[in-house]
Amino acid sequence: MAFDKMELRDIEVWDGNFAAAQALRQCQIDVVAAYPITPSTPIVEGYAKFEADNFVEGQYVMVESEHAAMSACIGASAAGGRVATATSSQGFALMVETLYQSSGMRLPIILNVVNRALAAPLNVNGDHSDMYLGRDSGWIQLDAYCPQDAYDLNFIAFKIAEDHDVRLPCMIHQDGFMTSHTAQGVKTLTDDEGYNFVGDFQPMNDMLDLDHPVSHGVQTEEDWHFEHKARQHNDLMTKVFPKVQNAFDAFEKLSGRKYNIVEKYDMDDADVAVVCMGTSVETAREVATEMRAKGIKAGVVGIRLIRPFPFMQIKEALEGVKAIATLDRSAPGGAPGMLFNEMAGALFNSDTRAALSGYVYGLGGRDLTKKHLVDLYTELQANADAGKVLTPLQQFIGVRGPKLSYL
Amino acid sequence: MSEIKKIKNLKDFSTSADRFEGANLLCPGCAHSIIVREVLNATNDDLVLSAATGCLEVCTAVYPYTSWDSSWIHIGFENGSTAVAGAEAMHKALKAKGRLKQDRDPKFVSFAGDGASYDIGFQWISGCFERGHNMMHVVLDNEVYANTGGQRSSATPIGGSNTTTPAGTHSYGEKRNKKDMMQIMAAHGSPYVAQVAPNKWKNMVKAIQHGLAAEGPTFLNAMSACTTEWKFAPEDTIAVSDLATDSLVFPLYEIIDGKELNITYRPKNIVPVEEYLAAQGRFKHLFKDQYKHMIQEWQDRIDGNWEYLQRREEAKV
Repeated sequence: MAFDKMELRDIEVWDGNFAAAQALRQCQIDVVAAYPITPSTPIVEGYAKFEADNFVEGQYVMVESEHAAMSACIGASAAGGRVATATSSQGFALMVETLYQSSGMRLPIILNVVNRALAAPLNVNGDHSDMYLGRDSGWIQLDAYCPQDAYDLNFIAFKIAEDHDVRLPCMIHQDGFMTSHTAQGVKTLTDDEGYNFVGDFQPMNDMLDLDHPVSHGVQTEEDWHFEHKARQHNDLMTKVFPKVQNAFDAFEKLSGRKYNIVEKYDMDDADVAVVCMGTSVETAREVATEMRAKGIKAGVVGIRLIRPFPFMQIKEALEGVKAIATLDRSAPGGAPGMLFNEMAGALFNSDTRAALSGYVYGLGGRDLTKKHLVDLYTELQANADAGKVLTPLQQFIGVRGPKLSYL
Repeated sequence: MSEIKKIKNLKDFSTSADRFEGANLLCPGCAHSIIVREVLNATNDDLVLSAATGCLEVCTAVYPYTSWDSSWIHIGFENGSTAVAGAEAMHKALKAKGRLKQDRDPKFVSFAGDGASYDIGFQWISGCFERGHNMMHVVLDNEVYANTGGQRSSATPIGGSNTTTPAGTHSYGEKRNKKDMMQIMAAHGSPYVAQVAPNKWKNMVKAIQHGLAAEGPTFLNAMSACTTEWKFAPEDTIAVSDLATDSLVFPLYEIIDGKELNITYRPKNIVPVEEYLAAQGRFKHLFKDQYKHMIQEWQDRIDGNWEYLQRREEAKV
């Protein structure tokens, strides 16, 4: 090996960005093609410094835009090797065309998305607008709630995406600034443990197998396009869940850290539940515990696997709950909100007849406070007691001016 | 460096083992396939190729068929150059790590139309050249968005009638001169850029081999006469191409290391530009009294450009 290994302490103080950069280093990426954008920039800066100090051996290609970053990742991945990059927000939006191309070409690229609002108005802070923009792109989407998750989920992502039964690209999301720039204790793997978990890259249909030429990215019109798209969706819906579970199980065996497709907190006997993602999950858990002390049977459901969406696991997690609130951190643009819609979809044909209400919060980095969640759980308990939604179906949390609510 | 293939004569050249099959959907008389075959047959090296969205791509890789017997990728309209750059980076990485399946160094070549090079893919090509990837970008320059039915690009010449700049009672068609991509790419410091035409095949082979042998990103602007959009009979592709090169509308020259300009083809008998224009339906309206002044404008501009190229060559700068 021409590169140097790094000695890590068992617990390092890392923010989410540096945790992701360290995971990429340990996974020994062959090609990173990237373009910097706030708040994900420190991931590629961190990786660049690793390269400068001989801690990585692959090619690091600093391209001229996010679209080019994913384009180069596609070319590199099709050539046959381990590929990763990172982006946020506007850069993610610029990448969207290539997101569909990479998933359609079945290339296991790993993309760290440090979630940030979408302009206009321009805003550099964290919300889930970019994450939502990618949700129909055919990628697997994993959500980190803290720097530890951002580190761990990178290893897990390679394990899932590069599996020859899957061969789909995977995003790891973390909240801009709240996770990406907030340093916490992160339990580490040694370089050998981390690399051995993901294993050597196994090429398939690789362009650099010069004795076996392949054509990537061909044309299909009405005669074949539908079959390709439908079968790819079928793989997402049937093959990915068990592979994700296997990867979570294997990672638990290695690290002792347990991840679940749906992260349930105090849900066994919960009457009221909040469904949310990102850093809000930890806040909601803390408030749920406090509500329990006040006699409200509160629980939290965190979505870990956003795509493919875990309808069955959600249905199971929310069974018997009387009132549910979905927390969407993205302007819904004339609809009830993604999580609200998915929850309604998961529960409509079930026996759980919960009062379902939707909340939009935290746009452009606006804080979600414990007080907000105390009020929300109180509203949920009232809904549970009444057996119906007493508030409007869609409300905004923490927005100044007139109280906005609909439906 | 790999050995440069020896090509003795046209028969020898044209009967090389095809890595681009004749079984494709390109129009009869399309110059794209001639150019592609000339590029592929000019070398014995392994090839990793890309095509931007466009005529070449939609006509050569329609599932479940492919015309390509070399590694090939298409992503989108604008990013074919970057696709090949990504593959080239992966080759470097795997070579350094000792993981290449075959210990051979392929050539990396991206093909793209003028729209995918001069317009929508411009930034991506510029990025690839600035970063110095070891690759060749070949423009199949038919001066129009041919795949979608003849819309103007920034390679479309003045006075041409196209669907988005049609000639009419008050317009002679396209109003702007063609973008000078040769100078732009040379200004990137490329070791080799050349303007080539498939009818001058020996000249073209030399340029291809020079470009493939150079270290770093090289650029060929290949004239691709378009029977469909230039509006001439399919059997006249080479004749129209000859008019283009012999009238100096499409002068053949190279620029080495961003500076040294050499004219690589000097017609024995220079043909009036009018003959080139008259051979194509896209310029038909220029022969009406109303627009006839454009023909002299064309001749003056081409003369001026030829004068400029000769001065650049003499000055060696």
